[in-house]
Amino acid sequence: MPELDEHTPVLQLNRFDQLRHFLTIDGLSCQHLTDILDTADTFIEVGSRSIKKVPLLRGKTVANLFFEASTRTRTTFELAAKRLSADVLNINISTSATSKGESLSDMLQNLEAMAVDMFVVRHAQSGAPHFIAESVTPRVSVINAGDGRHAHPTQAMLDMLTIRQHKGQFNGLTVAIVGDILHSRVARSQIRALNVLGAREVRVIAPDTLLPVDVESFGVKVFNDMSQGLEGVDVVIMLRLQKERMEGALLPSESEFFRLYGLSEKKLKLAKPDAIVMHPGPINRGVEIDSAVADGPQSVILNEVTNGIAVRMAVLSMAMSGQIAELAADEEVI
Amino acid sequence: MTSIIHVENTVATMAAELKTMIAKRQIDNPVIVGIRTGGVWIAKRLQEHLELADAVGELDISFYRDDFTRIGLNPSVKASSLPIETENRHLILVDDVIMSGRTIRAAMNELFDYGRPASIVLAALIDVGARELPIQPDVIGHQAHLESDERVKLVGPDPLQVELRKKGQS
Repeated sequence: MPELDEHTPVLQLNRFDQLRHFLTIDGLSCQHLTDILDTADTFIEVGSRSIKKVPLLRGKTVANLFFEASTRTRTTFELAAKRLSADVLNINISTSATSKGESLSDMLQNLEAMAVDMFVVRHAQSGAPHFIAESVTPRVSVINAGDGRHAHPTQAMLDMLTIRQHKGQFNGLTVAIVGDILHSRVARSQIRALNVLGAREVRVIAPDTLLPVDVESFGVKVFNDMSQGLEGVDVVIMLRLQKERMEGALLPSESEFFRLYGLSEKKLKLAKPDAIVMHPGPINRGVEIDSAVADGPQSVILNEVTNGIAVRMAVLSMAMSGQIAELAADEEVI
Repeated sequence: MTSIIHVENTVATMAAELKTMIAKRQIDNPVIVGIRTGGVWIAKRLQEHLELADAVGELDISFYRDDFTRIGLNPSVKASSLPIETENRHLILVDDVIMSGRTIRAAMNELFDYGRPASIVLAALIDVGARELPIQPDVIGHQAHLESDERVKLVGPDPLQVELRKKGQS
């Protein structure tokens, strides 16, 4: 997506180099990503209190605009906003006015007229959140909750937080991402984040039919053989097989896929003994991962979910803060 | 730059006052909580004097400030850490400098999110006046009278010194 990412980095930062939207990992520096992780760390502490709420975004309104189904991402964004004391609107697009013929821009303008401060956008079309960020007023921040095959930056950051918690740092780590790379916006964002944060080696393990043609240009080492690819890795990230996005015969069968690219206890032994196993969810047990591994001692899959709330609290508060700083600077100029 | 007060002596006097107050009010086994960064330094010194059982709690009030909509998020926010249950405990809240009282308002709001304390006593090393809220420390180390372009800053932690600065200087 070169034409999309050329402008997004500028669009998502304000004049002080702070986040004011969060659309993609592309264009963000190691410092930007580390700031997000550090801020998320402080919100983890908030999640462990008896009252899991801080008044930071009191009086702000966050609209969840999910043009594509999601449970985990939508609910954790909702919880994140609520734990920041924001008011949350969940707009179910399939039953909303867009199905009555209202255009997207009309709907957004109506939400702006209701003084909504942030849009959290999930869309099947790559670039939709970018398009929305370009068209909104300066009083709205847009957070990408996953767009097409392009990016899922909050998922990548919650994965980075989980890796940092377990491994301490990124230097020297070898990370393998296994499965359906072709359809995965998660993988694209993860690869980018891992490279920016300084991981030693990022591997992708998949059949050629599930790899983008230009995958090597992402800065990864490609393996078709899972046993070779898992050798000595510190982190194994399994991806969900995205059956709903597949057109034509990319796979022989699910059982054949599991035999070649599914993570079993036996294959996991090829990784380092202290390797962690991750999965963005929802997991297809027995398709890309064995239940014994998903529920096993090396699995940090549920940590990822908990960290998702903290990372989304960090991104929401940082983007709101960036919006405020930009508005204040605009006023000074006038 | 020289310190405008001898911090260690001032803290020792504060500790003696706190001891008297604790005895008089029959406060049983209080917990000290400092506000980052300077308040934590003072809290740790007071802890040594008072020889209390529990570790010092550390509050970062960044998420509770009343000026987020004007200045945004503090980029160097750190997690608060209260090592013990504060529900139904007597707390000694400590800050280095009290001025408007807004920091203390934010700190008390945060403390209540950890549970309902039995009581809160407030101690501040330096009171520079200029209050904007009805908040008054129970124990004050030093009353400072500043010109409008002056402010004080505690630097530390070793040694602890209070510097007088002109506005605009960092």
